[in-house]
Amino acid sequence: MRTQETLVIFTIFVAITLVVTGWASGQSTTRRGFYTADRRFGGLQNGWAIAGEYLSVASFLGVTGLVAFYGFDGFMYAAGWFVAYLAVLFLVAEPLRNTGKYTMADLVSFRLRGRGVRAVAAISTLTIVILALIAEMVGGGALVNLLYPRFGDEAAIIAAGVLMMIYVLYGGMLATTWVQIIKAGLLLITGIGLSLLVIAHFGFSLTGFLQAAATAPVGGARTNLLQPGLLFHGPLGAWNLASLGLALVLGTAGLPQILMRFFTVPSAREARTSVAWAMVLIGVFYITTSFMGLGAATIVGQEHIGRRMFAGQAISYIARHPAEEVQLNGQLRHNGYIVPTPNSNLATPLLAASLGGSLLTAFVAAVALATILAVVAGLTLTASSAFAHDIWFSLVRNGSGDEAEHLFVARATAVAAGTLAILLSTVLRNFNVAFLVGLAFAVAASANVPVILLALSWRRFSRGGAIAGMLCGLVSSLALIAISPVFMASRAIFPLDNPGIVSIPIGLIGAVVGTLLLRDRDSEQMFDQLQVRANTGLGAEV
Amino acid sequence: MEHRRVTPEQWDALAAEPEFRALVRARRRFVVPATIFFIAYYLALPILVGVIPQVMSRPVLGPLTLAYCFALSQFVVAWLLLAIYLWRARRFDLQAARVRQLQSREVRDAQR
Repeated sequence: MRTQETLVIFTIFVAITLVVTGWASGQSTTRRGFYTADRRFGGLQNGWAIAGEYLSVASFLGVTGLVAFYGFDGFMYAAGWFVAYLAVLFLVAEPLRNTGKYTMADLVSFRLRGRGVRAVAAISTLTIVILALIAEMVGGGALVNLLYPRFGDEAAIIAAGVLMMIYVLYGGMLATTWVQIIKAGLLLITGIGLSLLVIAHFGFSLTGFLQAAATAPVGGARTNLLQPGLLFHGPLGAWNLASLGLALVLGTAGLPQILMRFFTVPSAREARTSVAWAMVLIGVFYITTSFMGLGAATIVGQEHIGRRMFAGQAISYIARHPAEEVQLNGQLRHNGYIVPTPNSNLATPLLAASLGGSLLTAFVAAVALATILAVVAGLTLTASSAFAHDIWFSLVRNGSGDEAEHLFVARATAVAAGTLAILLSTVLRNFNVAFLVGLAFAVAASANVPVILLALSWRRFSRGGAIAGMLCGLVSSLALIAISPVFMASRAIFPLDNPGIVSIPIGLIGAVVGTLLLRDRDSEQMFDQLQVRANTGLGAEV
Repeated sequence: MEHRRVTPEQWDALAAEPEFRALVRARRRFVVPATIFFIAYYLALPILVGVIPQVMSRPVLGPLTLAYCFALSQFVVAWLLLAIYLWRARRFDLQAARVRQLQSREVRDAQR
């Protein structure tokens, strides 16, 4: 693939976003501006930004690749990631906007006042954000390396980290939101455009396209990609799926980087409109992954999805791998190149290559880079608010300290989080980190969601219950993943790849048992006030 | 700003207002069943696929399998629930506005 064209398109994106950042940097000098863009966004803009934050590289290239390789089973992921927004819509968006100021911990500790609750909520937020940051940066770095072997993944990680810090430091939430909006636009154009090209390839016949997907060439035979069971099978298949599905569907409502977006709009009503727009955009995008994925499987062909090696490179590879000589020589004669190891992440770029040539491929690659930047910037800003607002300002300084100090701490945290993410990602860059995305959802679903819901709906819910619930959810999801097949392969003690189905109940039980053991009259008395505020918006932060 | 003047007693009084209780009940009556329904509807997909794979692999719409149709229906159902919620929420907004009016009246009375 041609590096130059991608770099030109990507540079245009960076130039535009840097102009936006420059404009944004002059707009506000307060922490309210830094975290919430002074709550100036409308529901439509925030909806696009939510889509921009949510549709990460794992969605853009990962889900399409899963559909290309596993057909229906891959698409089932996409459906779960999408319907999850109903939980956000029904349960958290409006109460959060009505009772919070900058962070998720604001809602939880609104009536469960006390340093412990806020500290644990902040730790849970930081854990989720760091997991997601590593997943996105390592995944992104590996992707850049796959697309352009000469451009090292280390260089890509550092470049992405530095650019993202510029957005966050100078432009705060205002610039970060616009970066996400622009990137969501590019992503939707790519998804819809590629889908139309796929349909056009089959002479605009939907039946022809589906017929091809039902008889896709897989490893010399014909496979029906529309049937279930290609990825999840065996006795644990259904359990693995249900566990992951539960984590996805509930976890989204506890993802701090998504929750934070609701503080950028002026009212609960706009928060609701944001989710509505986000659901339209995210839904449309995930449906296009079907066209892109099945298109890649039928037009490109699974065995051609991977890093291609031509001429000299191919011959020297074959010489080093005599066991595969016959098969690879066949590929080389037939195609003019070899694909030694298929890699599902390349489904989208290679589909673009065969439908629209090098310019379209470059565009897709540039959109992938823009995706990494936008997602990572949002995550860094979330980490910054959790540390500066929840830990530094509320716990260490007990609510004192002036605007300048607060902004300084927020920016310093952003630099620290960015640097930590760069360091961790370069250290971990040779590991497969795809499971981290599912883990981030599981932690959010187990540690945050039960506590958010109980704080809003159970009068007796106490500080002890909130702390116990969050710690149980956090520790159990991390511990279960450590003894799962992801880390221990065949010696795994816990049989499922995603801890959700066990850790979510543990989080809930922890919260309930903690409440029953540690009664807390102050929090009970505040329940009426919280309920009035959450439902009416009276006294909401402006 | 009006809310600065709300005292703890006034919050509790508002929480006891029939108008407010009606809002909470109406919201709960929609949100709880809708949430249970959409989670059950989504989890039915992996469970059915795991339990009766043969049935779910049957082509029903041309080559499109029952499983794929079910997955696509998740999008339609979610958008429908979204539309219903947005429509219902207009009524919640009106109810909430009436509660907010009650509050400003109480504050006025308290100042007299």
